[in-house]
Amino acid sequence: MKILVCVKEVPDAAAPKRIDPQTKRLDRGGEGVLNEFDAHALEEGLRLKETSGDGEVVALTMGPERAAATLRKALAMGADRAVLVSDGALAGSDLVATGKALAKALEREQPDLVLVGQQGGDSDGAVLWAALADRLRLPLVSQAASLEVADGKARSKRQTEYGYDVLEAPLPAVVAVSDAINEPRYPSLKGIMGAKKKPQETLSLGDLGVEAGEVGEIGSRTTVEALGDPPKRGEAQRLEDEGGDAADKIVTYLEERKLI
Amino acid sequence: MTAGTLVYVEHHDGEPTKDSLGVLAKAASLGGDLAAVVAGPDVRGLAEGLGAHGAQTVFVADDEQLEAPLPQPRVDVLAPLVEERGFENVLFAASVLTADVAAGLSARLDAGLNWDLTDVEARDGGLVGTRPALGDSVIVVAGWSSTPRLALFRTGAFEPGEGGGGTAEVEDVSVELEDFSTRTTMLEQAHEERSGPSIEDADVVVAGGRGLGEAGNFSLLEDLAKALGGAVAATRAVVDAGWYPYSAQVGQTGRVVSPKLYLACGISGAIQHKVGMQSSGTIVAINKDPNAPIFEYADLAVVGDLHEIVPKLTEAVRARTGS
Repeated sequence: MKILVCVKEVPDAAAPKRIDPQTKRLDRGGEGVLNEFDAHALEEGLRLKETSGDGEVVALTMGPERAAATLRKALAMGADRAVLVSDGALAGSDLVATGKALAKALEREQPDLVLVGQQGGDSDGAVLWAALADRLRLPLVSQAASLEVADGKARSKRQTEYGYDVLEAPLPAVVAVSDAINEPRYPSLKGIMGAKKKPQETLSLGDLGVEAGEVGEIGSRTTVEALGDPPKRGEAQRLEDEGGDAADKIVTYLEERKLI
Repeated sequence: MTAGTLVYVEHHDGEPTKDSLGVLAKAASLGGDLAAVVAGPDVRGLAEGLGAHGAQTVFVADDEQLEAPLPQPRVDVLAPLVEERGFENVLFAASVLTADVAAGLSARLDAGLNWDLTDVEARDGGLVGTRPALGDSVIVVAGWSSTPRLALFRTGAFEPGEGGGGTAEVEDVSVELEDFSTRTTMLEQAHEERSGPSIEDADVVVAGGRGLGEAGNFSLLEDLAKALGGAVAATRAVVDAGWYPYSAQVGQTGRVVSPKLYLACGISGAIQHKVGMQSSGTIVAINKDPNAPIFEYADLAVVGDLHEIVPKLTEAVRARTGS
């Protein structure tokens, strides 16, 4: 079974993030890390390969050349090889443009299973998998809190607002996993050392047969018009529970605001 | 002036979701022709009721194949409808289902999709949306460079209207599904029993975190929520620990809620939780730790032991409301 895991390099969650006022894009100048939600997708791919005893796990990303470092992290965790789609013309791509380029890269690989993480830690986007499934004309399962593959079918528990649904899709399929599905492993020292020897490929738009005008800001259908500051919340009122009267004071506070 | 807006109305247990009606009410305020679309078997009665919420036309895709809440068949219903009727805007209240429908439709039509929007307004013959980004530390004004414009709105972005509008013309749409859209099937559905409103619909949300100490203490919050007519929510940490179901999880990887009152009990308030509830009207936080991060964005910061305070609060609320 060939498993393709879509991963993304995002700014380190611990570092303060900013949007560049000139380009109105996220400033990706600091150190990039593997999107933590994608680590769950990669872990699930590795787990499926290990339980079935054979197969290949390929990590795919789109980004600047430096995203190769994030792919090495995926290789260190255990992916067999990595593919980077990188081209200056891709900068500023929205969902439509990104979906087009990634779908071409996936078509080239013809995987049995495409795994995606639950969201981008930077954009809070949770939309890529459904766009990819539609472009590839493949069945889709999202919010998967479990995943079993047997007899050419993927079976998952999808978490919803109301509980969960058990969904089944024949392979090839696209599955977006929830972060409740597993605990991603840390790369071992052996894995880190071995990552450099694993095959890593970089593809340009030309390699994928995608025109520059279909992607980047020109190929995008959404825009960032302006940036602003969020409204400030007022200063908090502070209340110590002295003499056990906090509950009554809370009720008074709520009554004053007509909340009860 | 906005011409030709279509709102996808999601339904559950035979009722339109509150957020879908909220988006419909907002769409009505933008002006122009307004239509709604409902997909699923036996939704005609529900469709007729949408006229009162501002829809002039309601399209009904009434088909057994749309019984399971799966996104891909719904993309097949929406794509020809949007193309043939020339809708300029297609709006969705965000949910697990509609996020996949909107993103699939975006790919099918090469249409721009802005997500996580908290507001939208008509401008220069088009639309602009408001999206709090980077943990809500910056407000992005998002636009579209072509039509149709697709938008997903955050939970609680808009209140439903009074429902005093007119009557809608109900029109059937044909359901022709792509082969790949029918390959995913639903084998089983396990929905939690719930009394009272969902965390998305409730005006009052009582949320618990690790500070509760153990799963059994959620009963304290359930009692308080019942007295307030609200719903109980939980943090990622306690859901992961198995104390409370995922459907109640508020935060970056759970639901985003914006009730009138959010009562946070024993929640430290990490950024991942903050993004799920900070647009609540009033935030009251109870925590033993005077330096808990949640106090930085609470309106009322109560330093004390929730195990002492919450039962007393429940009693006091009961005494006031007679419930």
